[in-house]
Amino acid sequence: MPKDTGIGASTPRREDVRFLTGKGRYTDDIDVAGQAHVVFLRSDVAHGRIASIDTSAAEGVEGVVRIFTSKDFEGVGGIPCGWQITSRDGEVMREPKHPILAEGKVRHVGDPIAAVVAETRAQARDAAEAIVVEIEDLPAVIDMKAALAEGAPRVHDDLPDNLCYDWGFVEENREAVDRAIAEAAHVTTLDLVNNRLVANPMEPRVAVGDYARHDGSSTLYTTSQNPHVIRLLMGAFVLGIPEHKLRVVAPDVGGGFGTKIFHYAEEAFCTFAARALERPVKWTSSRSEAFMSDAHGRDHVTRIELALDADHNFTAVRTQTLANMGAYLSTFAPSVPTWLHGTLMAGNYRTPLVYVNVKAVFTNTVPVDAYRGAGRPEATFQLERVIDKAARELGVDPVELRRRNFIREFPYQTPVAVEYDTGDYDATMDCLLEMIDRDGFPARRAESEARGKLRGLGINCYIEACGIAPSKLVGQLGARAGLYESATVRVNATGGLVVMTGSHSHGQGHETSFAQVVADMIGINEDQVEIVHGDTANTPMGMGTYGSRSLAVGGSAMVRATEKIIAKARKIAAHLMEAGEDDIELKDGKFTVMGTDKSVAWGDVTLAAYVPHNYPLEDIEPGLEETAFYDPNNFTYPSGAYACEVEVDPETGKVDVLAFAAADDFGNVVNPMIVEGQVHGGIAQGIGQALLENCAYDAEGQLLSASYMDYTMPRAHDFPMFQVDHSCRTPCTHNPLGVKGCGEAGAIGSPPSVVNAVLDALASGGHDVAHIDMPLTSGKVWAAMQGRGDK
Amino acid sequence: MYDFELLKPATIDEAAAMLAEGDAQALGGGQTLIPTMKARLAQMDRLVALSGIDAIRGVCTDDDGRICIGGGTSHATVAREYAKSYPALASLAGRIGDPAVRSRGTIGGSLANNDPSACYPAAALASNATIVTNTRDIGADDFFQGMFTTALEEGEIITEVRFPVPEKAAYEKFIQPASRFPLVAVFVAKFADGVRVAVTGASSDGVFRWSEAEQALSDDWSADVVAGLAAPGAEGMISDLHGDGAYRAHLVKVMTARAVKGAV
Repeated sequence: MPKDTGIGASTPRREDVRFLTGKGRYTDDIDVAGQAHVVFLRSDVAHGRIASIDTSAAEGVEGVVRIFTSKDFEGVGGIPCGWQITSRDGEVMREPKHPILAEGKVRHVGDPIAAVVAETRAQARDAAEAIVVEIEDLPAVIDMKAALAEGAPRVHDDLPDNLCYDWGFVEENREAVDRAIAEAAHVTTLDLVNNRLVANPMEPRVAVGDYARHDGSSTLYTTSQNPHVIRLLMGAFVLGIPEHKLRVVAPDVGGGFGTKIFHYAEEAFCTFAARALERPVKWTSSRSEAFMSDAHGRDHVTRIELALDADHNFTAVRTQTLANMGAYLSTFAPSVPTWLHGTLMAGNYRTPLVYVNVKAVFTNTVPVDAYRGAGRPEATFQLERVIDKAARELGVDPVELRRRNFIREFPYQTPVAVEYDTGDYDATMDCLLEMIDRDGFPARRAESEARGKLRGLGINCYIEACGIAPSKLVGQLGARAGLYESATVRVNATGGLVVMTGSHSHGQGHETSFAQVVADMIGINEDQVEIVHGDTANTPMGMGTYGSRSLAVGGSAMVRATEKIIAKARKIAAHLMEAGEDDIELKDGKFTVMGTDKSVAWGDVTLAAYVPHNYPLEDIEPGLEETAFYDPNNFTYPSGAYACEVEVDPETGKVDVLAFAAADDFGNVVNPMIVEGQVHGGIAQGIGQALLENCAYDAEGQLLSASYMDYTMPRAHDFPMFQVDHSCRTPCTHNPLGVKGCGEAGAIGSPPSVVNAVLDALASGGHDVAHIDMPLTSGKVWAAMQGRGDK
Repeated sequence: MYDFELLKPATIDEAAAMLAEGDAQALGGGQTLIPTMKARLAQMDRLVALSGIDAIRGVCTDDDGRICIGGGTSHATVAREYAKSYPALASLAGRIGDPAVRSRGTIGGSLANNDPSACYPAAALASNATIVTNTRDIGADDFFQGMFTTALEEGEIITEVRFPVPEKAAYEKFIQPASRFPLVAVFVAKFADGVRVAVTGASSDGVFRWSEAEQALSDDWSADVVAGLAAPGAEGMISDLHGDGAYRAHLVKVMTARAVKGAV
């Protein structure tokens, strides 16, 4: 039965009222009295030596307050990287300095060279144009293979070459994997590219730095998914400001998708400049600037080999990937192609042997980091594509091939470190096949063919590791941070609650779903619970929102804190009713002495906590406020099966998505409507990657897709109505809510089925095309049909 | 955007005088120019807005039965006015950009800019339209002179565009998915004395007539005859992220055949 309140109810998102009526308070809505404006002068070449910077003319431009270059940052740290990877040879990754403003060299189009602070934005822009910079062009390295070639130009002169690390996982399995592949009955090999993407949140990045002369404290307002992490990284590693003198506020944030996790140079600059100038400064990114300064996503070049025995059991998987880091290491960049990618390479299958090699490469491009799914879409794509290719080569049904290899016993220890706690891959596949009427597909295909169109059906599975994650484990894997989450529950005297969380909401609807959890536990109305997030001054230290972790980790912290509240409130209730604590039951916001009609309301207990006239002061303190930090002991493992049905116009190569279905196992679900919305958004981004989106550079390192004129953002028009189902539920066994996380699944699970569907359509028209690299633009599909391969 | 002075003439003569003086630029609907200015890619001392000149707005029919559209007429107006009398033209106008673009953008602005991927140049060239300016009449064949290049002199203003109405016509557009401009689009127009086929989006020289198709279709008006033609050569075709020259050349043929099939 659908519930109408609490856990399991599709409560309308309370935050939508302000978002949809223009009442949100975003960073750009924050203007601090007396603020000046920042404009960055950015490199228009990909690689060059800075011969000179002449700011004399610019300083004379009306309204200029000050112009900064790298020489103003002597003694200031570079932008730090939050994860260290160790190479196969035992050496730690190479970690070149990432200065706030370019030092000596520019390394990508968009690299900031100078920053102008002026009274108005237009004046700052005028002055930036008046700065004369002489750059000696250097040859750019853009292609990763070329970057690794002997004698290639080096992005960082102090490194011997452009390799960041060469990672092997599981290194001890390498020889066994090689042997299994050599001895296999069949090996399917696939070379593919996971295309570079730009996240493009609706709200571009903004930073406002403020400095309080009276107490020497700094405040940064910023578009961030994790203000505490920014405070720690920027305070401790870049600017040397202790946390108690630094406040970071991330108010309403208009979409993040990963790209707002990272600590950016512009944030450090605004904080630094506000202190230097003793006045607030504000930077608002333009959309054009966002294309060349927001961290990009994906950009892997991979060869995957799948070995099978004569009965079509998977015996080994071997992959080699080149992962683009861009010009500098963004905050979590090294972890994405390694631990967030290699650990997923078993997928939903019993493959006993897996070996993953990743070479991370510096190039003269914008830094690449986590984007919705982060490593897991790359793992899923190659695995689910190579399985489809194997099915075609072997002439077997792709669903049956998958089923033959499904993991069916849980917990399941994979050969790639992670242990899946629960799952039921047959259940999601069964659910999917029913949703899509697979049996009716031949008739639908015939109907398309009658209209001169080719119809294809593509199916894939996915599993992901999210709810990131156990601090102890990630510490062993090279994380330089813990990954717990926190919550403080403050009960007010009249019974209302404020929950202060270290998670951050940038569109996910946490204010609604978190309130459902806490209200449900106590049995009060959801509107009695206020969720506060995004300000280091009034929330406990938390690690923020990414990796589909907010409910699984942040929600669990809330549960723990609320449990402490209830335990204390029960003591108070027992005292008020002169009963034994063990006899007290909390239900529907009322404490009852079990087996009697004696009760006190929630509000009576909370009032007693703050007006302790009749109160067990000898046993407990007044007040009702508790904090909990929750550190999970495992990742969570959402899984599912996705299907895409397409029609291809054989004359033009144009692909139309006719149907898309997703059967997900997210464990328990707090708000089904919000979950479905998350899946819809993820699928839109996944289909976007598969068919439309592509961040492209030319050989000189100029960004070709630098605006919406060339970067194809998906639009509603590009999609059918999605069918989503989350009724298959194997609850997570190790967090108190039994939830797994749903934020990234859609983007992780959808690209393979789209490509599989297009290739299925082409095959039905007699075009035996093994692979087309994403995005499958009409031109590429047409060329493939002409036998011109991937172009 | 750089600073500029905005002038609002009420007549063509006033506008011409303003444009003749110093660093001035005419502003039609601003659907290209304003974004260009916002990106600081265009700079002028004075911007002469043509939107206040009533004489170049609106539509009529002349004694020869030609459709006459004022240079300052919006795409939305053309889409509305010619749905019956020249449906191919109305359909073209009704599919440019989005409703906001169609409400502001003008036919004169589009033709004067001659973007190689704009829609209107294809209609004007295929219809053998006459572009009327404040100083002269220019035939479409002489007007379009390559990417962003036209026969217009400095300060010359398009006051009207006169379209002969063909017996049958259609505009078939294959969009570039990011910009939604044509990747390739073809306007075919069948007149009593022959067929004209104009292609936009494909060539780095801008809009052009596909003469082989015109010849073949003038002899035999059928989609099948297009299928029998070789696609135009890929040389000179635009090659970019969204499609290479060979693909665009192929699309010219596909869109031409579809236009013939759909012509009304």
